[in-house]
Amino acid sequence: MRGLLRVLAVLLMGGSALWWVQAGRNPGWTKDQVAVEKLDEITGIGYVEYEKRVVPGVDLLGVAWAAALVLGGASCWFGRKRSGASV
Amino acid sequence: MKKQLAMKTVAMALMAAAMPWGAVAAPQVFDFKDPKGVNHASFKLDGLLETISGNANGVSGTLTIDVAKPEATAGTILIEAKSLNVENSAMREHMLGKDWLDVASHPAISFTVAGLEGFKMEGDTATAQVKGKFRLKGVEKDIRVPAKVTLLRDKLGARSGGKLQGDLVVLRTEFTIKRSDFGVNPKAPTDKVSDEVLISLAIAGASPK
Repeated sequence: MRGLLRVLAVLLMGGSALWWVQAGRNPGWTKDQVAVEKLDEITGIGYVEYEKRVVPGVDLLGVAWAAALVLGGASCWFGRKRSGASV
Repeated sequence: MKKQLAMKTVAMALMAAAMPWGAVAAPQVFDFKDPKGVNHASFKLDGLLETISGNANGVSGTLTIDVAKPEATAGTILIEAKSLNVENSAMREHMLGKDWLDVASHPAISFTVAGLEGFKMEGDTATAQVKGKFRLKGVEKDIRVPAKVTLLRDKLGARSGGKLQGDLVVLRTEFTIKRSDFGVNPKAPTDKVSDEVLISLAIAGASPK
């Protein structure tokens, strides 16, 4: 159990960091729609259209790392010998 | 008779094509309701801790432009407040809510043009200071903003897929307001949400013939 929790904690921390980096290292809040820039060729006006896509921000990274820390902490609790258990 | 009329029409078309923008005599009404959804206003709040930016595409309104008398340009540009959008849905809900823009009570943001000053022509592009009244969340203030206006003669046909013929005008402006001046959550900390809001407008109006 202790080993499993630690592996999960490392996977969560590493996986969330990798996702955040691959999605463009967004330093702000998580986006659930992304502005895509377009150009109207006749008028020359640049405009944006919103596309539904999740881009993780530092808030999501923080939550994932906090969860990983909780799992790591729990792994220590599970591995602890109970006092008075051995006679 | 038909031949005479045709020759007259051709002669008028040639004259119109040869005339620079400044020589067009009659005032033209340009409609800024854009079926393509290209017309937009964008905003940016560059706070110490956070930069917030977004767009609004609910643009409508008309401007009457008389190039023989540009200082008399008049009309209103409207932005549907609920068309404001950012890249985070929760933030958008907050922004449209009662504390911030209160779009339920104040559905439109408007700029009523009262005239132009310092009008300068360069080819088909004019620059000017636009004076008028900017209204946001029910608060109206006199402002004066720099603008660039470009006439795209006979381009409406190309843009409408041949359904309509006429001219287009492209208006661009960029100016800064203070959200606290308009009662947009003046108590919110300015390090997180800047008090200064940079507004950019890039819109095309159509004047069918």
